[in-house]
Amino acid sequence: MKYEREALASLLKILERIYDQMSRGEVPEIDIATRTKYNIEFDEKSEVWVYGDRRSTRSAKTVRGAYMLLRMAYVIGFLKEQLKANKSSTLRELYYISENWGMAKFDEQAESDRLIEDLEILTSFQREHFRIRPEEDGATVIGPLRIRENTRRGVREIHCQDDVGEGGYQIPVNVDNIEFVDHDADFVIAVETGGMRDRLVENGFDEKFRAIVVHLKGQPARSTRRLLKRLNTELGLPVVVFTDGDPWSYRIYASVAYGSIKAAHLSEYLATPSAMFVGIRPSDIVKYDLPSDKLTDKDIQALKAILTDPRFDTEFWRSEINLQLELGKKSEQQALAKYGLDYVTDVYLPERLTELGVLK
Amino acid sequence: MKQKEISVAEFFEKNKHILGYSNPAKALITCVKEAVDNSLDACEEAGILPDILVKIFRVGKNYRIIVEDNGPGIEKEEIPKVFGKLLYGSRFHTIKQSRGQQGIGISSAVLYAQISTGKPAKILSKVEGEDAYEIELFINTKKNEPEIVSEKKVEWYAPHGTRIELEIVGSYVKEKKQSVYEYLRQTSIVNPHARITLIEPDGTIHEFKRISNVPPQPPKEIKPHPHGIELGTLLNMLKYTKHRDLKSFLKKEFVRVGDRIAEEIVQKAGLSGNADPKKLSRDEAEKLLEAFKLTSLLPPPTDCLSPIGEDLIKRSLLEEFKPEFVFATTRKPKVYSGHPFLIEVGIAYGGEIREEKVKILRFANKIPLLYQQGGCALTKAVESVNWKSYGISQNKGELPQAPMVILIHLASTNVPYTSESKEAVASIPEIVEELRLALQEAGRKLREYLERKSRIERKKKKESELFKIIPLLAEKVSEVLEREVPDYEKVVARIMGSVYISRSVFAEDGRNFAVLKIANYSKYRRKFKVYEMSSGDIKAEKKVGNSAIFEVELMPEEEVEIKYEFTGKLINKKPLVEGLSEDEIIGGEVVSF
Repeated sequence: MKYEREALASLLKILERIYDQMSRGEVPEIDIATRTKYNIEFDEKSEVWVYGDRRSTRSAKTVRGAYMLLRMAYVIGFLKEQLKANKSSTLRELYYISENWGMAKFDEQAESDRLIEDLEILTSFQREHFRIRPEEDGATVIGPLRIRENTRRGVREIHCQDDVGEGGYQIPVNVDNIEFVDHDADFVIAVETGGMRDRLVENGFDEKFRAIVVHLKGQPARSTRRLLKRLNTELGLPVVVFTDGDPWSYRIYASVAYGSIKAAHLSEYLATPSAMFVGIRPSDIVKYDLPSDKLTDKDIQALKAILTDPRFDTEFWRSEINLQLELGKKSEQQALAKYGLDYVTDVYLPERLTELGVLK
Repeated sequence: MKQKEISVAEFFEKNKHILGYSNPAKALITCVKEAVDNSLDACEEAGILPDILVKIFRVGKNYRIIVEDNGPGIEKEEIPKVFGKLLYGSRFHTIKQSRGQQGIGISSAVLYAQISTGKPAKILSKVEGEDAYEIELFINTKKNEPEIVSEKKVEWYAPHGTRIELEIVGSYVKEKKQSVYEYLRQTSIVNPHARITLIEPDGTIHEFKRISNVPPQPPKEIKPHPHGIELGTLLNMLKYTKHRDLKSFLKKEFVRVGDRIAEEIVQKAGLSGNADPKKLSRDEAEKLLEAFKLTSLLPPPTDCLSPIGEDLIKRSLLEEFKPEFVFATTRKPKVYSGHPFLIEVGIAYGGEIREEKVKILRFANKIPLLYQQGGCALTKAVESVNWKSYGISQNKGELPQAPMVILIHLASTNVPYTSESKEAVASIPEIVEELRLALQEAGRKLREYLERKSRIERKKKKESELFKIIPLLAEKVSEVLEREVPDYEKVVARIMGSVYISRSVFAEDGRNFAVLKIANYSKYRRKFKVYEMSSGDIKAEKKVGNSAIFEVELMPEEEVEIKYEFTGKLINKKPLVEGLSEDEIIGGEVVSF
């Protein structure tokens, strides 16, 4: 509650600034960190990528800016009422609530999501403090880990192998409400696709290699990234990320390891700088002679964009991306099935994890 | 050898299509056209502002056409020759830009009436200061001579003018591309000095207004240029010349031929300068023509052409189509094969023009060309221009698609028609090039207009949105903060770059005061007057009755405060402002006295 009251005060301060500007006859405007790849920088202390000094001004001089300020005023008004009424809502609900706001209504949910992120940046609080929840369900965990969760039906202790089915333990939205009790794991492996996660579970990878298998479900939700971060820092477990071999998957890895561009203000809270990339690497396509697809124009564009993304400015990524552009190919995780269903757990992962120093 | 005399009736029958009488609908239009062209030419030569009435009505199965003008009138003796003899007329040997078709025009209409219905033409004419005569006549088709049926002196209300009545077999078409209405409408567009009234068979009256009170300069006559002459004409000229030797014939009957050039031509033709031009054989005439081509000459003078003029084209298009944009250009005269010509183009866009299809109005020497649009070089030139680069949609090689009217006028001493029927212009490279240049110029101006328009629209849209958003923002912010709504008009003024004025009223020691705060948020120096009105009295230096007048001059970003004392109540809700437009002031009400 204390955080929430402070968050509200911080939100109201934004409006006070606008109010004062208007009373003085000035055109209202707010300054906010620019949210592009050109304005993220590596923070030596926390080893994650955060927003730099570049700021952009949203001014009521432009129609876009005026709309943004108007919507911001409505959203803050709504958050104030919500806190007063002791309620919470999801991002999607907020979007639908705006239907009643006349000109301040959002045209699509991406806009309202973004505005909440703006408010996080402006106040240095998180959306949970505004009582805004994501509707996305967190991903699943399976592995030798015992947790304690505060549920509505009281405190539960769950072992993520013994107490769960094949589906695994579902990560709750607020990861900070769970507690790690004990574990038997040597490392954490985050897997992009459901198919590959199921393969690892069916092959008993978690038991055989004492691994916690976390399903990323594509671009991972904040809760998933927060869990990985906590497993890494609180339990000291190395985290590896296993994805398809295409530009979109590299970005998934980047958001786990370096922090995302969209939410760089939360990098310190969400990113796991020591997370390592397993593959599929473009060089794996050659090394393992994997079945592949041709890169589409969009893939090529995305790869080229990655070359100018400061997060990928390392020798490893430069040579891998350039190799991929040369090959003109991409491969999925499941392409490893070319050599049999056990190949990934018997050969590929042990080889790669040994290379990375995770397996001795 | 026995010479067979070809009757004019036979001549007419053979050349019906050329003369414009190929079908009943076209025949009716042609009859009107010939009479109206005659009237316009007559008025133009006499410097009279034409007032033309065209009335068409049914008489049994036939149509009766009446065309009446306020022209100079025709002498009684001349009437039979003008109307009752084919190929009569003064234009045959002179070179100038003219509407008429070498003396065939109106008599062909008389002949058509007589052949199709057997009725004589009735002509009434009055020359100023003389009596009016009404003459009924036929054309003797064997002799090509007028045959007077009746002749009488009549009373006429007009001081001068001519009226012709014809009864013909025809068909009246309403509101089509090719109709009497369309012909007269287009005629009035290029003859803005004329007032034309049309009474249709069903009684509908159309009036095409006169929008210019200046009669056009009649075109000047010029002598032919050697490069623009044909063998037939040359033979005719040789036959009828007054000059006795070839050299003086060349010098006197042609332009751009001096002593030296005449000598050069004669030499190149292998003829003698002293030869009698009347005795030149056909072969020798051909040699002479060949020598013309081999001799380089100055181009013909071009001051003989009579353009409509940019201003009149624009005014005509505005009057007739009520567009939102209009542009016209008159190009400098140019020359093709020894004939001077000039191109004029007018464009009318949008406004009351709604149809998303370009309408092309083609004119040759101020005569509308209604037929064969597709086969005309003028149309093809429009198609060949890349209109997309001017912001107009177009399928390549087709007419552009836009609510637009394109007027094209080709003026020349010799309009190069594709055929004798004179309905389409032939593709002469010099003419097409000039026309393309004119169209491109018009296109550029149109693009500038369209860009300016969309810029203004964007600005307006932005303003109207901001006008709504800023108050909402002020209200919402105040509501959430639980404070009073701030005065946001100043903010709007600043965003819009306007002058902002606000008034606050307060009482001090039982006296009423008002303070006007005025700020200039525009980029320009602003000078204007502010009026305040009270039911009582206002203490101010300048006053009209109970109103105070404050003269204000502000540099950009400058602010001023005006304090005044008043009694009673202020009547005007907001300060009244004179000297600024609605979009330049916020917080005040614009007035003009």
